Formats: sequence, structure tokens, C-alpha cells
Amino acid sequence: MVGEGILKGLAETARNFFGSYVSKDRLTTVQYPEQREPQIEATRDFPFLVYDGADWQQGLRCVACQICEKECPPKCIFIEKSKDKKPDAFGKSQFYPAIFNIDISVCMSCQICVEVCPFDAIKMDVDYHQSTDDRFGGLLFNKQRLAKSNEYYNAIHPTEAAAVDAQRAEELAKLEAKAKAAAEAKAAAEATLAQKAPAQPAAGEQQ
Amino acid sequence: MSTATHPAAHFELEPRTGPGIEQLLEISMGPQHPSTHGVFRMNVVLDGERVVRLKPVFGYLHRNHEKIAESETYLGSMPYTDRLDYICPLTNNWAYALAVEKLAGIQVPERAEYLRVITGELTRLQNHACLIGFLMQDMGASGTPLMYAFRQREIILDLFEALTGARMMCNYMRFGGCRVDLPAGWLDQAKRVVADFPRFMDEYERLLVSNEILMDRTQDVGVLSKELAVSAGISGPMARASGVDYDIRKVDRYSIYDRFNFRVPLGSHGDVYDRFMVRILEMRESVGILQQAMRDIPEGPIVDPKTKIRGFRPKPGEAYGRIEAPKGELGFYLVSDGSPNPYRYRVRPPSLVNLTVLEDLCLGRNVADIVVILGSIDIVLGEVDR
Amino acid sequence: MNLETVKSEIEANVPGCRLELVVNPSPSGQHSLLLDAEHASAVAAYLRDAADLRIDFCSNVTGIDWPDKELSQKVKLRKLVDGVEQEVEETRITTVPGSLEVVYHLYSVEKKHGPLVLRMRTQDRDAGVHLPSLTPIWRSAELQEREIFDLFGVVFDGHPDLRRLLMWDEFQDHPMRRDYRDPDDYEYEPTAHDEVLQRAQQHLSQANTAQLSEAEGR
Repeated sequence: MVGEGILKGLAETARNFFGSYVSKDRLTTVQYPEQREPQIEATRDFPFLVYDGADWQQGLRCVACQICEKECPPKCIFIEKSKDKKPDAFGKSQFYPAIFNIDISVCMSCQICVEVCPFDAIKMDVDYHQSTDDRFGGLLFNKQRLAKSNEYYNAIHPTEAAAVDAQRAEELAKLEAKAKAAAEAKAAAEATLAQKAPAQPAAGEQQ
Repeated sequence: MSTATHPAAHFELEPRTGPGIEQLLEISMGPQHPSTHGVFRMNVVLDGERVVRLKPVFGYLHRNHEKIAESETYLGSMPYTDRLDYICPLTNNWAYALAVEKLAGIQVPERAEYLRVITGELTRLQNHACLIGFLMQDMGASGTPLMYAFRQREIILDLFEALTGARMMCNYMRFGGCRVDLPAGWLDQAKRVVADFPRFMDEYERLLVSNEILMDRTQDVGVLSKELAVSAGISGPMARASGVDYDIRKVDRYSIYDRFNFRVPLGSHGDVYDRFMVRILEMRESVGILQQAMRDIPEGPIVDPKTKIRGFRPKPGEAYGRIEAPKGELGFYLVSDGSPNPYRYRVRPPSLVNLTVLEDLCLGRNVADIVVILGSIDIVLGEVDR
Repeated sequence: MNLETVKSEIEANVPGCRLELVVNPSPSGQHSLLLDAEHASAVAAYLRDAADLRIDFCSNVTGIDWPDKELSQKVKLRKLVDGVEQEVEETRITTVPGSLEVVYHLYSVEKKHGPLVLRMRTQDRDAGVHLPSLTPIWRSAELQEREIFDLFGVVFDGHPDLRRLLMWDEFQDHPMRRDYRDPDDYEYEPTAHDEVLQRAQQHLSQANTAQLSEAEGR
């Protein structure tokens, strides 16, 4: 019969149309922005800087090593190192970035900066609502805008952040154990020295 | 600075003289056109509705990818390869990683190979879904088949987002393996998606394959002969629809494709309908490969432990690595001079080479057929122009 | 497909051709044959038609720019210096002329072997940039040779339609060459910095410059 193929096709379309009232997977339109899809955990949009604790300037993990600046393919990161140093979470004295700008109109969310950072300082955010009407700087994010807390990082990427936190805790524990062992060794050395030394003044006093 | 003095021939649409010259109409299809799959322009000379001459004009999406790669490190070019054939970012990544691994002699662990095959075949599924949807859209089936195909594609893109972090622009392959391992529950979700796919294929076939309008518009349209296909360097489903039995997965046996049992569909007429059907059959074969791969994937490392993310300097030399991308043969040619940046980085774009025969296929046909033929070649301008 | 045997086979069947085996030091092991421009078409036709080779599929055509190289050599000479013959060290600078290279990657669909890599080099990078086109033998070279003409400047003799491909017809210069300097009056991103900003500033108005410095956050 002429038109049979078209009729079969129309039957399929009808099945989809009426089926959308019945089954969920035929009604796939999400009425954005009233409805939102839940965030998929691994999603990545633009980078942000992680800080530990409450003070974003003191707790900023970034030590301005500039590795992310060098490895960034479209060169959207601009860093200026500070002149002074401040102690980091492991007690070591490190530089910090005086200026840390990311031009997100250039950033292509490739995540290479996150991969190469040795200090877990830069991670990918999930916020894509960055549109602005300021053509000449609205999309240039400075250090303050980029700095977000570790709690925020745990909220948006729970598995990843938990792994990073566990690793940092392990490192901190190792450092503390080493420091404790060094302190104990020093105390033991002082004790042995103190045992030998008091014999003389005591003898001297007696005289 | 160039002193080459050969004057570039300027584009002249002939004939300019002769009887009936006033009957010929010269039109420009594109670069802004809903059906040219991107910013693509064709200068067409028509005699009434029949095509007398067709010259494609390229370069509207030329983004200098090859020159940028000369100033980036090898890893830094990886996100740019996502943007070549932007419908299939993972296979672009794979081809580039393969070429660099050939250049530097890096081995890839087994689990990473399985991950590459799984993501590569998922990419093939969603690319062919795109094509069968867009071809119908170009023919005027205003959106319905396209949206059905995209419904399935969205499910696959959700899988990519859960694995790599982005729906497109995945930046997933690294030299020596993959970037990140499967998150918890991904494999089960992927198995469900793949198990559900044949139902979609059945529905789509019922919707379209015996549709009289489709058959009228695509059978015996744009017939490509086997000899011309081979000589013109046509590869991928377009060549296989003309009967050329050449699938790089079977010929080169790169990665671990020799472990999987799959058939290569071949067409016999070489017309648009065959290209359409070859892609539908390839989707079914891909589902088979995916089921085998997801069943057999072993545990293990996902990247060669000796690879370096930073400071990667392959020894001087060159390598050409190619894969069976969903569009055809995607190859990367790299020349290294020992520095962290490649000396020469070349992408062999399947879409550009497949367009060599566009004029041959369209001559003598109607204007309406141009759109259908162009749609069946499956081009992405990001790849044609780089 | 052993390249040595292929080379001797071609030399036996195409009289007068001068082939050179170019060794590829990388682990890929893809060595290539350097052809001379005179006999390239004959060699290509032989490769396509020979019964045991049947190289019918030209997969990739690439252009590479090798600029002129300056080699400095320290040479000890005996020279007259202030009337006394002395041994003097001189630096001799020789310029090794560069060339544009075209590399063909070829496969056989019939025999399913490959890749066979062929190369051709131009005489120099100025006037002697003519090479024979292999499009009459492998049609897939058509668009790719056009691209090499456009981006490198190699003129392919015998190409049916040699025009620019990716750049527009009136464009001068060849962008993929190593000595290409891009123009500085293009549209910049809102956050131009360093040398891009300096070069673009010649074309900017004063007002825009003030806005930019503000936006840089310095």
C-alpha cells in the first residue's frame, strides 16, 4: 500500500506522544530554569582557589608556584608572586600570590591547571552562571572572587574533596610524627647532656 | 615575508560564455545556512534546478589549530583536539594520544585500553545518532526524528559528564592511558544505557527505514562509485556504503579491537540511503562491542606509571597515528625535534577529505539533493577547517 | 612492507629516479622515501599500479617548513696579523638553505598494508617552490595540496585547481611558515596584556586603553 511506511512512522510518533503522558523516559524535557537537573558530581566549569579555615587570605593554599600559569593552554591565568612569605597548612613558609587573575572568557575548562597543581590549591567549580554585561573586566576574576572555602569544595565534589582531605591529613600526620620524633630525640639528647653537666656545678657549689 | 610569486588562481565560475548562459543562476549556499552543518559555503551554478557546477568554499571556521599546537606543549594541545570534531571529542583525543604514543613509544595498560574502547564506541553511537537525526532534519522532517535521536544522545552525554566532567570537550585521554578512572556506579549505568539502546534503534527503524519520502529522496541520490571512493581518499561509513571493505579497526587492529567480535556493514549502491543505513547498522555493531568490552574490563592502572604530565619531551622523529573515527579516518601526524612543543602537528581531517567528491556527487542533481548529499557525508566544520 | 625492498623495486621499474631512505629515529619506525621532483609522478603511478603494492589510497598530505639554518663553525686559520703570521680562530657562518617539505602517507585498500611514507622537498623557500602534484594519481591529494599551497606556499604543478583553501583568495603570505608574523590590528580579547596589548595599543583609542588598565586589576 502506498504510504504504508509513513503510516508506520506516524504510529511510532503517536506512541511517543501518548506514551509521554504515561512513562517518564518519553517526557525528557526539563523546564529550565524552573526545573533543574541535579548536579553530576564530576562536572567542571571554571577554576577556583581553595582556602582552608575561615580567613581566605591566610588559608589560601596557593603558593604562587606558577605551574598552572605555564601549563594553561590558552594562557588565561595571570599570577604575580608576593615578596614576603607566610606559613602554609603544613607549617612551611611559602610565597603566596599577590595577584591571581583568571580570565574566564578565555578559560576553556580543560582542567589541566587542576591536574598539574602540586598543592591542591586550584580546583574546578560547578557554577556556570557567570554571564555579565561588563565587557571589559566582568569576566576577569581576581583572587578574592576565586577564593572559596574547603567546605564549599566538599559540598560540590564530595568524593574528590574527601580524597584530597584524607591525603592532606595523612601528610600532616606524617609531618607531625616526624616533628614529634625529632622533638623526642632532641629532648633525649638534652637529657643525656643535662645528666653529665650538673655533676660539675654541684661539685663546685659544694666547694 | 613570503616571496613565492605564484599568483593564486582566483575563483571564477565558468562558463561565462556560450548558449543559454543567461539561463544559468549562480547562488551561494551558506555560510549561514540551516543545513550546511556549520559555516560552510558552496558556490553553485544552476540550470533551473539542476546543478551545473559546485565549488565548496572552506575556511570560515579556520582557527589555526595546527599553528597553535606548535606553541603549546603536547598535553596542552589535548583540549584543542576536543574542539576539532566537536561532536566526537573522545575519539579525537584518542587519535592524538595514539599518535603521541607511537612517537614516544609509550605502552598503554589494559584497563585504559578497555576504557578507551568503551568511550570511543559510546562516541560513535552518539555521533551516528546525531547524523541520522540531522539528515532527517535536513530533509524536512521538522525535528521529530532529530529529537528522538538527541534524547538518546543526551543519555550518553550524561555518562560522559559523570566520567570526564564535561558533556563535550572531554579532554579525557592522556599519553599512556586515560585521565581518571570510572566513578562508582558508572559501569552499571553505562550497561543499562547500552542495554536500552537497541530498543531505540528498533523504534527509529520502525519510524523511518521504510518511509516512502525518505526512500524517494535518498535512493540513487549521490551515488559514489567504489573506485572514486578509494582514489579520493574517502574513508569511514561513506566509503563502506560504496562497498569499500576498509575499517581501520579491522585493518590496523589498533588498541584492543582484535579481541572483539563485530561485523563491518557494507553498502552496495553507494547512495545516500546506503550511507544512512550503514550508520544505523554500525550503531548496532557498536552496541555489541560495548557489551563485550563492559563485560571483560579488567582491574588495573589507567595510565602508564612512567608517563609524565609535565616536561614531556619525546625524542626527535615523527609518527602518524590514525583511528577509525565515527566520520572516517582521523589521523595525526607529529614531527618532534626533542622540545616540549611539536615541530609540526598535522590533523588529517576525514570530513575535509570526504568533501573532495562533493561536486561529483551533486552534478546533475537538483538543489534539494545537495542538502541531502551534504548531510550524508557527515561533516563537522570544526574538523574541515580546523 | 619492507621499505628497502619497495625502494629497490621502484628503482628497478622507474628508470632514472633518485630515491633516498630517510630514517625515522622515533619508536614509531615509520621510515620514509625521499623522492626527487622530476620522477615523483612516475614513481607514484608505479606504486599505484604495481600488482604487489597497489597503493591506491593517499591518506594524508602534509607540509613542513624547514627554515634556513645558520651554522657557525670555529675555524683555525693562519693569517697575517700586523705583519706576523699567526694562528687565528675565526667563526665562519654558513647558511644551510631551508626548504618546504611535503609528506605523503599512503595505504593500500586492496592489499590492506601501509603506511608507505613519501617525501618531496622544494629547492628553497623563495622562488624554487614548485613540486609536481600527485592529484592526477590520487584524487584525495586535491584538497590537501591546495591547503599546503595556501598555508606554506608550495606550488603544485599539474594540480587541476590550485587556489587557496582556508584563507580568502586575496590573502597575501603563507601563515604556517615559521617566519610568519601575524598582523596586530586584529580584534583583541578584553584582557589583552603584555606584548599583545602593546601592539594593539597603536590601534586603540585613548579611552579604551584607560578602561583596559582598570580591568587588569593592577
